[in-house]
Amino acid sequence: MSGLWNSDSPQTPACDGAVVAFNGVSIRFDGPPVLDDISFTIRPGETCVLLGPAGVGKSVLLKMVTGLLRPDRGSIQLFGEEITHLPEEALFPLRARTGMVFQEGALFDSLTVRDNVAYQLIQERVDDEEIDRRVREALRFVELEQTFDMLPSSLSGGMRRRVAIARALIRQPELLLYDSPTGGLDPVTSTTIIELIVKERDVYQTPSLLVTHRLQDAFTLCSHRFDPEQGRMIPLPKGETDPHATFLMIEEGRLIFNGSLRNLVRSENGFVREFLE
Amino acid sequence: MAMETIDRTAKNILLTVQEYFWFALNAFLNLFRPPIYWQDFLLQADIIGVGSLSIVILSGIATGGVLALQSAATLAHFGATAVTGQFVSMTMIRELGPVLTGIMVSGRNASSMASELGSMVVTEQIDAMRALGVDPMRKLATPRIFASIAMLLFLTIVADACGIVGGLGVTVFINHHDGPQYLAQAWEHLMYSDIVQGLIKPLFFGYILSSIGCFYGMRTSGGTQGVGRSTISAVVNASVLIIFVDFLITKVMLTLFPGRM
Repeated sequence: MSGLWNSDSPQTPACDGAVVAFNGVSIRFDGPPVLDDISFTIRPGETCVLLGPAGVGKSVLLKMVTGLLRPDRGSIQLFGEEITHLPEEALFPLRARTGMVFQEGALFDSLTVRDNVAYQLIQERVDDEEIDRRVREALRFVELEQTFDMLPSSLSGGMRRRVAIARALIRQPELLLYDSPTGGLDPVTSTTIIELIVKERDVYQTPSLLVTHRLQDAFTLCSHRFDPEQGRMIPLPKGETDPHATFLMIEEGRLIFNGSLRNLVRSENGFVREFLE
Repeated sequence: MAMETIDRTAKNILLTVQEYFWFALNAFLNLFRPPIYWQDFLLQADIIGVGSLSIVILSGIATGGVLALQSAATLAHFGATAVTGQFVSMTMIRELGPVLTGIMVSGRNASSMASELGSMVVTEQIDAMRALGVDPMRKLATPRIFASIAMLLFLTIVADACGIVGGLGVTVFINHHDGPQYLAQAWEHLMYSDIVQGLIKPLFFGYILSSIGCFYGMRTSGGTQGVGRSTISAVVNASVLIIFVDFLITKVMLTLFPGRM
């Protein structure tokens, strides 16, 4: 997406080589459309941040990416495959290539952290030793190796999100979807989560779509990089931003912005200005 | 205004019935299509079967006892207290065993299925499962349905046996009648058609209570309040449908085996 539409006005995207492509997508439940005529693409290596106030349909859009919700109109492509009318069973292999982090983590209450993180591997009947090794590796990535045998109920909100990130990463997905990963968390824990997302982005370069209503998270994501030597997130030199980060903004179901951070902060759109201020 | 409300309610009921039949049909077909999660089946069989054993034993004994008390009092007017055993065993095996077990198990397990799956829906665990490439229908609903059908059959046999034992206890210790005579009556007048009728019903009831429990759980909306609503709907609808289907099966069975009429 970067470099294609660095402008305020969303255009019909070019889908070739895109990881995700929405074309004229609309959905409604009871009442007016929740999303109306949404078009955008996510390209390999890109981090796309979807901004908007609570209740505008950001999570709905995210769920449509993997076919958890179906559009009423328009088409959606995932990994170059048209998924709009694919039956549920045909979607499972595509979903298995995607990692998704839900708003509250959505960990399975009755399973230990190990079994939560290894859920896909257990279903695929991977060898127990291999599972343990990969779970420990994923938990080490989110710095929660000590929670291996614990139940989700004994974890804090922030820890649950980090375990959810480990679960999304375990099969090294080709696309990551984050649904308000910092929602309801205190500022320190939010920064920890964003640091993990930056680390994932810079270590694995997995394309991602991140939904948030917190502008601060989006800016941190753009203005920092992960330093493997120091093992932490550090700010980019002044004036520099991550070139692979792009922004979408939704207002009342319509995409009102699609472009880079530079264009976002310069936007003349009244809603964008109000949101930024 | 009133017409609009009636219209909307009627449409909602029809839509729910239609959705339930699709759900129940898919759940049934999944019993014969891989993948079948045997480990989940065994876990659910333990929860539903072993977990419900105590309430089924207690209700079976109490029901058999009450039947013996009531029937002996009535039969005494005709000098026929000797047939108490036949009355109790016939009623338990053909009707009360399957129906009571179905209703007791639906109170315990249809509610637990609806609330458990409902909680998973409102906390996005079902979506997470789908996002992880696993079909929640096969992983959660099918093992519960499979286990309910299998376990209700065994629980009904236990309830029947307990009912007859309960009746024996009342006959011997309260009514002070002859125990061996009670048992001989209970056994000698039993026909294969009675057994068949008594063992076919729990297969239907197990399917009904589990498919309704899972159906209401899976379509939960509206947060924790919605979970409560789903649980109530599951128990009420499962219990009513069990009684209604019992009537239909009894009618069919009496048509097929008219000897008892």
